[in-house]
Order: sequence, then C-alpha cells, then structure tokens
Amino acid sequence: MATIASTPGAGATGTAGAATRGRRPSGERTALLGWSAANLVIIGISLVPLLWLVSLSFKTPDSITDGKFIPRHWTFENYRGIFGESLFTRALLNSLGIALISTVLAVVLGSMAAYAIARLAFPGKGLLVGLALLIAMFPQISLVSPLFNLWRQIGIFDTWIGLIIPYLTFSLPLAIYTLSAFFREIPWDLEKAAQVDGATPLQAFLRVIAPLAAPGMVTTAILVFIFCWNDFLFAISLTSTERSRTVPAAIAFFTGASQFAQPIGSIAAAAVVITIPIIIFVLLFQRRIVAGLTSGAVKG
Amino acid sequence: MADIVLDHITKRYPDGRLAVEDASLSIADGEFVILVGPSGCGKSTTLNMIAGLEDITSGELRIGDKVVNDLAPKDRDIAMVFQSYALYPHMTVRKNMGFALALAKRPKEEIDRKVEEAARVLDLTEHLDRKPAQLSGGQRQRVAMGRAIVRSPKAFLMDEPLSNLDAKLRVQMRTEVSRLQNRLGTTMVYVTHDQTEAMTLGDRVAVLRSGRIQQIGTPTDLYSRPATIFVAGFIGSPAMNFVPATVEEGELRTPFGAIAPNDRQRRLLESWNGGAAGSRSLIVGARPEHFEDSALEQVRNRPGPRFTVTVDVLERLGSDSFAYFTLTGGRAQIADLEELAHDAGTVDLSSGVEQVVARLDASSRIREGEKAELWLDTDQLHLFDPDTGHNLDAPPTID
Repeated sequence: MATIASTPGAGATGTAGAATRGRRPSGERTALLGWSAANLVIIGISLVPLLWLVSLSFKTPDSITDGKFIPRHWTFENYRGIFGESLFTRALLNSLGIALISTVLAVVLGSMAAYAIARLAFPGKGLLVGLALLIAMFPQISLVSPLFNLWRQIGIFDTWIGLIIPYLTFSLPLAIYTLSAFFREIPWDLEKAAQVDGATPLQAFLRVIAPLAAPGMVTTAILVFIFCWNDFLFAISLTSTERSRTVPAAIAFFTGASQFAQPIGSIAAAAVVITIPIIIFVLLFQRRIVAGLTSGAVKG
Repeated sequence: MADIVLDHITKRYPDGRLAVEDASLSIADGEFVILVGPSGCGKSTTLNMIAGLEDITSGELRIGDKVVNDLAPKDRDIAMVFQSYALYPHMTVRKNMGFALALAKRPKEEIDRKVEEAARVLDLTEHLDRKPAQLSGGQRQRVAMGRAIVRSPKAFLMDEPLSNLDAKLRVQMRTEVSRLQNRLGTTMVYVTHDQTEAMTLGDRVAVLRSGRIQQIGTPTDLYSRPATIFVAGFIGSPAMNFVPATVEEGELRTPFGAIAPNDRQRRLLESWNGGAAGSRSLIVGARPEHFEDSALEQVRNRPGPRFTVTVDVLERLGSDSFAYFTLTGGRAQIADLEELAHDAGTVDLSSGVEQVVARLDASSRIREGEKAELWLDTDQLHLFDPDTGHNLDAPPTID
C-alpha cells in the first residue's frame, strides 16, 4: 500500500501517514500490555485461595503447615479418605438430590409465573412482582430460627423437603425475574399464530413458547442450581444427621485421623470436589449465565 | 368455506378507549374483502375479533351462520397470516406448515401430502427442510401463506401480509395473493393500510376511520363515488385535490375560477340546504387526472374553465406527468383532511397554501417553474359538505 501511494507528489504525506500509522499500534500495544497485566493480577489474586485449597488437598497431613505452595509429596490420600466415608458420600448424594429437585421445581413453577407476568394483565401483578423482589432481598439469616422451630414442630426438620422449601423461596424470585425477561422477548404473534392454528393455550405454551424459551430455562436452572448447591446457612441450621445434610454443612463435621489431627486435608479435598461441577457449569454456560443475570437485572 | 357476518360489532378496551364502533359488514362466501384505513383506525382489531384473538364487547359475529363470539380461535376454523409472519423459529418449513394439521391429529401421510402440495403451489419445495431464519423475506411470507392454505379453512384472515416486503416483491406477491384466492375460492378478509393493495385486490373494500366503517363498496365505487371526503382523500394516488368553494348566483366560485354546475351538480346543490350555519360554502374535490394541459390538441375544444398557474414541480414519469402547483384562496379545512395529512406524514408540509397536483398527458410541453394554462373537467368534480365531510352525491352507506 505504502509503496503504491508514494508517488513523488504524495511522498511527504505518505511518510507522515506511515509515521502516525506506526505510532498508533505501539500505543495500542502498550494499552494491551497494561490491561493484560491488570487482568493477570486480578485473576491471580482471586485464584490464590482456590489454588491454595487445591494444593492443600494434595498434601500429606504432616506437610500441611509447611507453608509451601507446591506440595513436596503429592498424595491422593485425602480424596480416598473422604470418598471412603459415608459422611461425605451421603452428603454428596443429598446435595445433588436436593439441588436438582429444587432446580426442577423452581424452573417449572417459575416459568408458569413468569409467563403469566410477561403475557397477562391481571390484578395484583405489580404487587406480585414487587413481593418477589422483596423476598429476594430478604435477609436469609432472619428466617433461620423461625424455620428451625417450625420445621421441628411440623416434622420436616432434617428432611430433604425441609431444605427444598426454603431454597425454592429464595430461588423462585430469581427464576421468575430471569424467565419473564426471556418470555418478554418472544413475539406475541407466535402465540396468536399457534392459537389460530388450533392450539389450546397449554399446547401453545408447550410446543411453541417453551422451546423458544429453552435457553432462558437452562440459564435459570443453572443459576438456581448454583444457589442451592452453595448454600450453607440453611443446610447447617435445618439438618442434624446424614439423612439430609448437604456437602457444605457436612464439611464442618469432618474429623481428623486422630482426635488431635486437624482434618484440613479432607476439608480441602471435599471443597475441591464440590467446586468442580460449578466450574464445569460456568465454563460451559458462562455466556448464558451473564445473559440471564443482566436480562433479569435490566428488564425486570 | 363460509360467509362472515359482523353485526353491529363494538370493541371497547378496559381503559374505555373505543377501538371499533358499531361495525356491520357482511362478507359473502368466497368473497375477497379488504379492510383499509390509516394506522389506528381499528382494522387490525376488527380482524383479531374475527380470529377470536380479541373479545367482542358488543354485537354478534357469525361465521357460516353460527355465532362465534365466545368460541376460542382454535374452534373457529380460520387461518391467519400475520404481518410479522409469526413463523415458529424452531421448526422447519415443513413443520411450520403442518403444525395445524399435526395439532388436529391428522395422519402423517395426509399432513405430508398437503404440505407438499402447498409447497408446490408456493414454490417452496426445495426449502421444506430449512428453518425460517435461513429464508429470505419473500420466502418467509410464502411459508406464512402456506401455513394458512394447507388447512383448507373456512376463511383466510390476512393482517398486512405484504407490508414487510420491498416494493418490487410486494407487487409480485400482490398478484400471487390474488391468483391464490381465485384458485382456492375461500373467503378472505385482508387488512392493509395501502390503498393500492386495497384497490387492486379486493372484490369489495371497507374503509375505516377511527373505529368506524366509512364506506363499503367495490374499488370502482369507492374511487368514483366516495361517500365522504375521508374516503375520497384516502383512495387514489396521488390523492384527490380539495379546495374550498362557495355557491353564489348559481355558480361555484373556486380557486380554479367560477364554474357553472352541470345538471347533476345543480340538482345536488339545490337539494342541499347548506352547511350548519346555513352558509353556502363547501369543499370541491378534483382528481389529478381530471386536469389537462389546455394547450393540447384534444383538449382545445372542450368546455370548462381554464386557469393559469405557475408549475412548481413537474414529475415526468414517461407515461404521464405530474404537475404540482399552489393556488391562492385558502385551504379546505376539515378534520378528515387533517387526519389524512397526519397519516401521510405531511402535516408540516401543507401549511398555509393548498398544493394541487394535476396528472397531465406525457405529450404536454409544460415546463417546471413556468406559467401554464390548465383545463379542468368540471363534470367530474365531487362536492362535499364542509361540516360533515359527506359527499353531496353519495349518501354514506353507513350512518
């Protein structure tokens, strides 16, 4: 390009142009370097605890307090240990079961509510949306003691259902907000077309609207699952035995090999194990999760 | 197939807004009826009420002699084509077209046969396994039509089906729609805001304005005998010219000059007892094609007023030319015309003086910016009451 342009008359401007052209990329390169450095620092800072946890989980009990980042003697003993104990395996099962059931219920109930909110004009709609938001904002800790007493009296203390109910309470508002934002983006004409084509409202929802809202439902499901999976507060307060104790709560009950040994290695290994599904989910669906969070936030 | 009868239908929204007021329309079996009007005139609401997508506040809707006011859309056996096409994005063209039949639990062979037949008619065979997103606008439009015709419904309802196409394709699809309707012979109600579509497609046209049917008639009727100034201004392109006039000493005093009314016009003026205040002023309407360059051979000996104007703009289209000029003598002022100007988006343009457009023969030697003498065929003038907007000659069919 530059050689073609450099006819005698255009020579001067050509050089000047080349000079500016040369300067700009170098400026961009500096900016790029700066941003990359900043990003690396931030990623490093946020990853250090996690990496430290991974490192701990591979250390032998006697080297745990040696302060080395990379274990001198690698061992899988911690992992073997936790999977050999029913305290952890049973808790893993509880966690999976409770989180999955809550997720399915939240998505099914949430879609119905969100569909109504997005499509229908009914009295008290504003109140319902406001109430949902209020519940989402409600401090969870303030519910713990009343629920503890109530659950014991009606006999669902330390059961799956006893955890699923509070999880639904706090995940449904999130589900409703996210899903109604997705439903709102589906053209209403499609539903009219389905009705004219002979579909009942339920058929129109199941065969036309739901498939189109599937990405929204997946997003919502992931968000709800993560919420239930990570919960510690309700899990520790509303359970007392292996019957329904989930992993975050169970970790607190780990004991060391002897009465005097700290169970740090096992705790680290358990923490790593329950983080893995979340990391996989987030990596696979990160774009959708962001879409779900922002659409819920902006359009709610 | 069936006839559709709208019997004094009114639609009032919960907030009290009146969308359609006392609309009565009887559509014969196999007839092609157009609902036309500016945006917000209630034409789409009317169509939605026929489809069952909106409730009817009062009045009775009958399809094939059966009152369907309270029937759900799925039980009315009508097909609808939407302005947005409303194709199901997650289904292939084949699934889209067969959706209604699949819902009706028809056997698979029958669905395949009907879908393929419709695809052949609409030239969609090679696209049957594609998704709507992979199709062009025209193809999507045809899929939407296909979805309607596979069902052999009692009636087709079309809600501005061509308005999302580009101009050339729209003309092509217009003839396609017409051919399709002739072939199938199914009752069709077609909503548009485009008067050209209304004129070219329909057996009969109903012109709506703010929720009321202004006139129902064949396209020729509407063009040559508009019942109101609104219909006169809406139908025809370029639109009819309106100028104020007064009746004095048996003559019509207009900005074109004094016009001696012919027998028909004299009778109308005599039987008309004047405006609200007993004034003798009215509005005269003249179609652009009723002007001619008076210098032309064929016009030279015709009777009628001749007047000289300065041509502001001259558009030569080859087949004929449009001459735009302004006249002194004020503007015809009536709510109908303001609404039309609003709809056309020319509110700000038409301030102060009245712009008149004349359609002249292509052989006219009139030049832009120069003075020209024009002739007006006064036999063709329309006379309108300035208060009600009614044509003195054609009492409105709907009152």
